[in-house]
Amino acid sequence: MINYILRRILYALPILIGVNIITFVLFFVVNTPDDMARMHLGMKRVSQEAIVKWKDDHGYNKPILINSEASGIKKITNTIFFEKSIKLFVFDFGRSDSGRDIGYDISQRMWPSLAITVPSLLVGLLAYITFGLILAFFRGTYVDVSGVVLCVIMMSISGLFYIIGGQYLIGKFLHLVPISGYDSGLNAFKFIILPVLVGLIGGVGASTRWYRTIFLEEMNKDYVRTARAKGLSESSVLYRHVLSNGLIPILTGVVVILPSLFIGSLIVESFFAVPGLGSYTIDAINRQDFSIVRSMVFLGSVLYIIGLILTDISYTFVDPRVGLN
Amino acid sequence: KLIDKHTFEIVLKEKYPQFLYWLSMSFFSPIPWEADLFYSQKGLVEKNISLDWYPVGTGPFMLTENNPNRRMVLERNPNFRGESFPIDGEDIDLNIGLLEDAGKKMPFIDKAIYSLEKESIPAWNKFLQGYYDTSGIISDSFDQAIQFSAQGDAQLTDEMQQKGIKLLTATTVSTYYMGFNMADDLVGGDNERARLLRRAISIAVDYEEYISIFANGRGKPAQGPIPPGIFGHIPGEAGINPYIYYWGNNRAVRRPIKHAKELMQKAGYKNGINEVTGKPLVLNLDTPAAGPGSKAAFDWLRKQFSKLGINLVIRATDYNRFQEKMRKGTAQIFQWGWNADYPDPENFFFLLYGPNAKINHNGENAANYKNEKFDLLFDQMKSMKNGHNRQKLIDQMVELVRYDAPWLWGYHPVGFSLHHDWYKNAKPNLMANNTLKYKRINPELRKEQRVVWNKPIWWPIVLIFIAVIIILLPAFISYRRKESELMT
Repeated sequence: MINYILRRILYALPILIGVNIITFVLFFVVNTPDDMARMHLGMKRVSQEAIVKWKDDHGYNKPILINSEASGIKKITNTIFFEKSIKLFVFDFGRSDSGRDIGYDISQRMWPSLAITVPSLLVGLLAYITFGLILAFFRGTYVDVSGVVLCVIMMSISGLFYIIGGQYLIGKFLHLVPISGYDSGLNAFKFIILPVLVGLIGGVGASTRWYRTIFLEEMNKDYVRTARAKGLSESSVLYRHVLSNGLIPILTGVVVILPSLFIGSLIVESFFAVPGLGSYTIDAINRQDFSIVRSMVFLGSVLYIIGLILTDISYTFVDPRVGLN
Repeated sequence: KLIDKHTFEIVLKEKYPQFLYWLSMSFFSPIPWEADLFYSQKGLVEKNISLDWYPVGTGPFMLTENNPNRRMVLERNPNFRGESFPIDGEDIDLNIGLLEDAGKKMPFIDKAIYSLEKESIPAWNKFLQGYYDTSGIISDSFDQAIQFSAQGDAQLTDEMQQKGIKLLTATTVSTYYMGFNMADDLVGGDNERARLLRRAISIAVDYEEYISIFANGRGKPAQGPIPPGIFGHIPGEAGINPYIYYWGNNRAVRRPIKHAKELMQKAGYKNGINEVTGKPLVLNLDTPAAGPGSKAAFDWLRKQFSKLGINLVIRATDYNRFQEKMRKGTAQIFQWGWNADYPDPENFFFLLYGPNAKINHNGENAANYKNEKFDLLFDQMKSMKNGHNRQKLIDQMVELVRYDAPWLWGYHPVGFSLHHDWYKNAKPNLMANNTLKYKRINPELRKEQRVVWNKPIWWPIVLIFIAVIIILLPAFISYRRKESELMT
């Protein structure tokens, strides 16, 4: 297995370099270093001297990808791409264009993101599996039919509707929790309830239907028929056999997104004023802060690759037939 | 030159009265050299401890918590030198109770919390709940907050009045305009044909309608470059732009489209057909507004130009590319705006000063307007004190630019702000940023109102819970029956 993991890590290197190049090209096609300087220096009365000085101070005074005036290896190394990218591979994110330590900011802002995403995932899993089981259990009855219709309706509605509707109904109309905001420590609890609830309701349609399908597929297998033939009650069949076997695809689906929980949710953080990494990225894009954008894209890519490797590993734990050779 | 520990002297090379305004801008705030030295230490920079995050000053408040991503907290500075509330003001100030605190020591607030809201809808709802003391009005909530009287005056709706919310309005010292690139062969230049074309378009684009549709009526059509509130602006009949408006029914009335068509005919573009080429007139508008929300405004603009038979092509782009086009002078017509840096007409006229042209000079004269007479008057006017002589020069300058029409003068936005009953001493001031020290809060009333307005309502939750049980109960009973049948 170690060989497999090492091989996957080596495969990841060209992917990360590729992601970095694409990020560079896309970013600098839209924003030249001169544009970035103007954005940071303010829109009024920006002199060319000030732009040149800003670029010198922030390391944007070199060619972007290839330095045609340099010779040898310096054609590659004496560029913005090389100088801004190489340290990323040892997770040194450097400083933002406003001078702040990006690594420090990420370490501070990942906690609010996790405070929303982790409970959303756990509560969501519990709720969706329960709903999926109930629908599978009452398959063919009015509970199942009306549940599926409700799921289809709910998954057809935009996530934004749930956010605004949730804020209006639960925050403004019922006055049960704050509409938006965030606080540190235990004080954060009252602010987390609404985004978690909204996330839960927003995902209930698609997830419940998916879990229901998984459970129904399991319920039609031979081992379930055998269990029933042995005289086990329907609830025993469902909880002891169907649930444990149905968890295999659920678990692998969940593991792949685990690392991405750090990144947070762009829309949820924006609407609920949560100072997490999602809003950190959006703010950086709006401010044309390339140092943060490339760091977050790189971090997102690394976490996604880790998620895929973890998924492969998790297969070996939940399905003995799978081996990583 | 340093005079003593707390005084220094600046000698100007030429007369420049606006320098006083520059001194009041944030980048002129004196910083003790010890603070600069302290924050320059290597270890602090590495730990993100810098002057911009932990500022040093001598004002009435201290920034005790600075997390711009969540909230910033200002607390009373115990070492503040002390200032007293003004003892006089405008005539109306006394009548509306704005001088009740006259002579009292400021500030009146111990702590001010600024929370970051990225979306306007939650911010608005939290204001209505009483968790924010003041608020602007977003377009989506405008009808909920404001209604217009038969005379066209903005008033609060009954819902707002019942909550004790107050409304303040003020015309901002800003201008949103549409400019012609005077270096363009077709619409630019100091020739009668282009001038008539520009004036015809200026009449056709109905900014009164634009303000009504796209700004909820929150704007005043501009009569020239100077907004109300800045010296040189003349209100009423004497201040209208006679090339675009006439005075009727005690207000400025836009000239009819028939007049614009006559100007087009004189310019050689009868019904929008270029008499030289025989082809329909096609003009290009560059704008940085590229979002889906701008489509309605673009359609409206095309409709305005089509009144004259002109086919308007809108080239929407991102702001970086837009700026590049402006620097290179490749735009034909463009939309832009200007917020005053300081309350002086020089700060608006310099947008039309020849040596400030974008092309070649990279200045703020985006229209690349050049009129030697105007430039000469500008040089005289900029260093004069406000008074009759300055007003005379300003009137001449306004007349010159109205005649040449390098801009469609657009409109000056009117700012609407709301505040709760417990928020006192609120008076619009669109230039000053240091007004917190004048504000007073009635915390008891705020606390009381918050409790009254935000009583939790639980019954719908209980109702939903009961409904779910009622729906699932028959299924559960049927399951139990089935299970017991299997067991027997």
